Amino acid sequence: MDIVEINSLTFDYIRRDEEGNVEGITTAVDDLTLSVKPGEFIAVLGHNGSGKSTMARHINAMLMPTEGNVLVKGMNTRNSEKHLDIRKCAGMVFQNPDNQIVGQLVEEDVAFGPENLGVPADEIRARVDESLKAVGMYAYRKNDPVKLSGGQKQRVSIAGVTAMHPDCIIFDEPTAMLDPAGRKDVIETAKKLNREGITIILITHYMEEVTGADRVIVMNKGKAVMEGTPKEIFSRVPELKALRLTVPQVTELAWELKQRGLDIPAGILTEAELIAAIRGNARNDG
Amino acid sequence: MMDNENKDKRIPLLIADHLIYEYEGGADRVRALDDVSFKIEKGEFIGLIGHTGSGKSTLAEHLNALLTPKSGTIYFNGESIFEKKYDRKRYRGHVGLVFQYPEHQLFADTVFEDVCYGPLNNGVSRKQAELTAYETIKKVGLSDECFYQSPFDLSGGQKRRAAIAGVLAMKPELLVLDEPTAGLDPAGREELLHMISGLKDEKSMSIVLISHSMEDVARYADRIMVMDKGKKVFDAEPIEVFSHAKELEEMGLAVPAVTSVMLKLKEKGFDVNTGILNVKDAADEIMRVLGDKA
Repeated sequence: MDIVEINSLTFDYIRRDEEGNVEGITTAVDDLTLSVKPGEFIAVLGHNGSGKSTMARHINAMLMPTEGNVLVKGMNTRNSEKHLDIRKCAGMVFQNPDNQIVGQLVEEDVAFGPENLGVPADEIRARVDESLKAVGMYAYRKNDPVKLSGGQKQRVSIAGVTAMHPDCIIFDEPTAMLDPAGRKDVIETAKKLNREGITIILITHYMEEVTGADRVIVMNKGKAVMEGTPKEIFSRVPELKALRLTVPQVTELAWELKQRGLDIPAGILTEAELIAAIRGNARNDG
Repeated sequence: MMDNENKDKRIPLLIADHLIYEYEGGADRVRALDDVSFKIEKGEFIGLIGHTGSGKSTLAEHLNALLTPKSGTIYFNGESIFEKKYDRKRYRGHVGLVFQYPEHQLFADTVFEDVCYGPLNNGVSRKQAELTAYETIKKVGLSDECFYQSPFDLSGGQKRRAAIAGVLAMKPELLVLDEPTAGLDPAGREELLHMISGLKDEKSMSIVLISHSMEDVARYADRIMVMDKGKKVFDAEPIEVFSHAKELEEMGLAVPAVTSVMLKLKEKGFDVNTGILNVKDAADEIMRVLGDKA
C-alpha cells in the first residue's frame, strides 16, 4: 500500500474583501494525483504560489480537499476521527524553527509531541533520547533551545517529529533560514532518516538539496507538470527556467561546458561527477 | 570604484569605530560584537556573511541605532550617532532596515497606503508622500493592479517587494537588508537582488546585504565582510574573501559551488585559476586549460 495517496485533489480558497464579500476563488491545487511509496525520498519544487505548501498541508489533515481525496496509510483525511493517527503517521517540519520550539530545555521540547499523544512516561524518555541521538543533538538535551543555532533548532524540531514515530515526514522549506552548515546538517539528517526507512517529502527552493532524492515533482499552477529522477529533471534546463526555477550551479556549469563542445553527460548533479567528466575530456585530448 | 572618488576626498557615509557589544548570557557575558570597525562608502554594495550567532544581526541593529554599543561608536556623515544630542529618530529615516520576513510588518488596507505610511509619519505632505509611494512601488517592480490591493492578497514575492517599498519610500541613504530573499523561488531571488543592485547605481544608495547565499553575495557585492564569534574576520573584495575556502568552511560558511569545483580541479592537478565566482568564468577557464593540454 502507498503511504500517501493523493487522488484528484483540488483545493479552492475564497478571497474576500474587508467587508467579507466574496471577491473570487483561487484554485491553489488543481486536480493533482500523486502517490508516494513507503521509504521513498520525494522532492517537490515549484515557484512561490505554485501550490506546494497547500498540497503538503493536506497530507497531515491541516487542510481538507475541496474535491478529491488524500489517503495516508489508507486513512482518508476527511475522516476526522483519524486525524490524530494521521498526524502520528505523517509529521511536518516547517520553515521557521523559532515558531516550532515550545520547551524550556531541548529534551522537554522533544517530549512535547509524544506527551500529547499520551505515550507512557518511561517510553517518552526512551523516545526522546533515541530521537535526539538520531539527529545528532543528544549532547544538547539539557540546553536552552533558544540559544541554539538555526540548524540545531531545526534538528530539534525534527527530533520532536521523529519522537512520534512517524512513517513519513514532510519538510516544508526547512532550510530557508539557515546558514550553509545548518542547511547541510538538516539535509543530511533527512537523508539519514530516509535510510532508516522513513518516507521523506521535501519541499525546497534550493536545487542542490534535491540531488539525492529518488523522485522530483515540479509543480506549477497547482498541477504536477514535471516528474522524474533528479538527473532527468535537471537535464531540462530551459523548461525549469520557464517555471521560475533553476538548476544547481554545478549542473549549470556542466550544461555550459557541453554547449561549448565538451563531451559531458546530461544531468550532472554533483561536483564529483563533473570533475570526472572534465578529466575524461582532458584524457581524450591528451 | 566610487563615482566621486577623484572629485573631493569625501568622508565615508558611515564609519563603525571599535564597536563592542555584550549581553548577559546566563552566568557569563557574551561578546556579540568584539571590536568591530569598518567603513561604508556612498554607493557601495556590501555583503555581510557569517553563520547564525556570528553577530551579523547584532551589527545590523547597531547600524540602525536600535542597539547602543558598550563602547565605540558609529559616525554617519561624520557625526557620532550615539552622542546624547544626536537626533536618532531622524537618523533612522536615513538608514532603512529591512528585517527578515518584512512582509509580517505590512498592515494597511492597500499596498499604496502601506507605503505612504513612512513618509507621512516623517511629516511629509500627503501629496508628496503619495508621489513618493507611487514612484517607489513602481521601482520595486509591482504592477499597477497591486496599488489598491490588500497587501495580504499578494504572492510571497510581491509582499516582500511591497514591504521593501515601504522602507525605500523613506529615501534612505543606507539600506540594510537581513536575508531579503529567504523563502523566495529562484527567479524571485534573482529579480529582487537585481532591483536592489539597481538602487545602488541609480540613487547611489549604499547597501548592506546580510545573506546565507554565498552565490548571491559573490554575484552582487563590491565587498564582503565576514563575521565570526563577534569579530570581523575578513573585509575584502569577493574574489579575495572566497580564496579562503578552508577558513570559511570552519566558520560554517562555504564558497560558491563553482569556486569549489575549481579548487577540486586544482587539487587533481589542473593548472586552473581558482579565483572564479560565476558559471561563465568557470566555463571559460576550464576550456582554456583543456585547450592548453591538447
